[in-house]
Amino acid sequence: MHPAFSVLFLTTLIGAGQGLFLALFSVEVYSEIGLVPAPGSDFFAIGSLLSLALLGLGLFASFFHLGRPERAWRTATKWRTSWLSREVIVLPAFMGMVFLYGLAHWLQFNPPLGVLPGDNFLLLTVVLGIVGTLLAFALFVSTAMIYAAVKFLQEWHSPLTVVNYTLLGAASGFTLATALAAWAGTGLVPFLAGWAIILTLLGLITRVASLIRNAHIEPKSTLQTAIGVKHPVIQQKSQGFMGGSFNTREFFHHRSPGFMRATKWIFLISAFAIPVLLLALAMAMTVDPTNVLIAAFAIQYLGLLAERWFFFAQANHPQNLYYQSVS
Amino acid sequence: MTQLALVIDLNVCVGCQACVTSCKEWNTSGDAGPLVDMNPYGADPTGTFFNRVQTFEVGEFPNTETVHFPKSCLHCEEPPCVPVCPTGASYKRKEDGIVLVDYDKCIGCKYCSWACPYGVREVDAQRRVMTKCTLCVDRIYDQNLPEWDRKPACVRACPTNARLYGDIHDPNSVVSQAIRENGGYQLMPEWGTKPANHYLPRRKTRITVREDELERADNPLKIDSKLPKPGRDEPSLDDVTSW
Repeated sequence: MHPAFSVLFLTTLIGAGQGLFLALFSVEVYSEIGLVPAPGSDFFAIGSLLSLALLGLGLFASFFHLGRPERAWRTATKWRTSWLSREVIVLPAFMGMVFLYGLAHWLQFNPPLGVLPGDNFLLLTVVLGIVGTLLAFALFVSTAMIYAAVKFLQEWHSPLTVVNYTLLGAASGFTLATALAAWAGTGLVPFLAGWAIILTLLGLITRVASLIRNAHIEPKSTLQTAIGVKHPVIQQKSQGFMGGSFNTREFFHHRSPGFMRATKWIFLISAFAIPVLLLALAMAMTVDPTNVLIAAFAIQYLGLLAERWFFFAQANHPQNLYYQSVS
Repeated sequence: MTQLALVIDLNVCVGCQACVTSCKEWNTSGDAGPLVDMNPYGADPTGTFFNRVQTFEVGEFPNTETVHFPKSCLHCEEPPCVPVCPTGASYKRKEDGIVLVDYDKCIGCKYCSWACPYGVREVDAQRRVMTKCTLCVDRIYDQNLPEWDRKPACVRACPTNARLYGDIHDPNSVVSQAIRENGGYQLMPEWGTKPANHYLPRRKTRITVREDELERADNPLKIDSKLPKPGRDEPSLDDVTSW
């Protein structure tokens, strides 16, 4: 498939935004039960704002993928059958919830809504956070299922797609949250960096698993089934036109195999190896690790852009069987 | 239920591209607006077409056969491009099974083209919406046309009658008979899309002639050898002197 930059930015930016929100809410829950030091409410407000900014940028990028962006509101209508429609509904809902969560923390408006066993109060921000967390996961599933649900793209048609989108988004979000925690001077760097390393390594395992799976895919369609002629030797002599068409542009990356291989190694190193090393370094540092963590996030984000590019480029659409020879 | 469809006879198609140009002409002149042609006389021309004729070579030299292969939307009975559409612009008509795009609802997200294994949907670069074969829905129901002319433009254009058009759910239609009697098949059956359009395979016409059909084995005159046997190539007047 042709990797469109609008979609690369959309999926990576909102993934980081969702991950950041999950990190914020993890901090809140852990600090409520006293496992980590509680940061000030500004930490949550600024984090939510940052998450909203990432989600907004992703949403903005997605419009460049549409031929008729002015009709985008129509996409909310077919949620019964289309994962794309579901994503379009869940994304603004999640953004609204992040906004409310950040607002509640910023205004420090946090009335208890009930009493939990053990005399703990059920706080408003916790309720908003739980709803937001559910929406974050719903958004991960919706985004990934847009790709995993297309059975013709066998490289995508796998539960690994959903797992990867979730883990990679969460990993980049936790890395960003670690940088934020370091910048804000909270004592949360070891906690968040630890989770960022765990999520990045889990993401590495599942992404490599999908690379191995995709290397062994046997295409379901062949030239024989494509034109219905049962002969082992068939060659296309003409695709029906000499110039390009939508079919020759949209479904192929137009890069060399060497470029593909290089991109694979770049994302394996940049999205996984370097961030893990930098996060571990930050945990061990005695001086302020903010700059190291910002670099970790930047490198991981660029690596995830390369990962998403490779994700698209690697998918081989059966329609390409019909477009193999020009003259 | 009616399911209108095309049946394409690969045994007859000569690859003349008449259906391609006829399709383009009809659909670029319609109410929905022109099918774009960009840079038509430049180095890299591109444009929207609903129908293409491709050419394949089957076998290895010298035992090869050329197959001309027209390809347009197959109007699947289980169209995978329809449920993925987020706006409902892509839909399948209940009354005649034609798969259409509502150009006023389409947002041009291209998702339906990803969900089509046949590559028959094309984004029109000027109209910025997804376009595809309509089975000439603006032609086949046009009361202003004489009844014999209410057929898709590609069918009307085919000089060898390689394109048949009709209802594949009606067992007595010309398309159902052609599918039944000439081994009609569907493309990429492995995906379960149930394409409505069918293809008729290449066929060899063979007549088996046995030796005793060339010579009258039961000719009583021959058994008795009453007459001299003339040569095979000599002229004969009637059955008496012939083989």
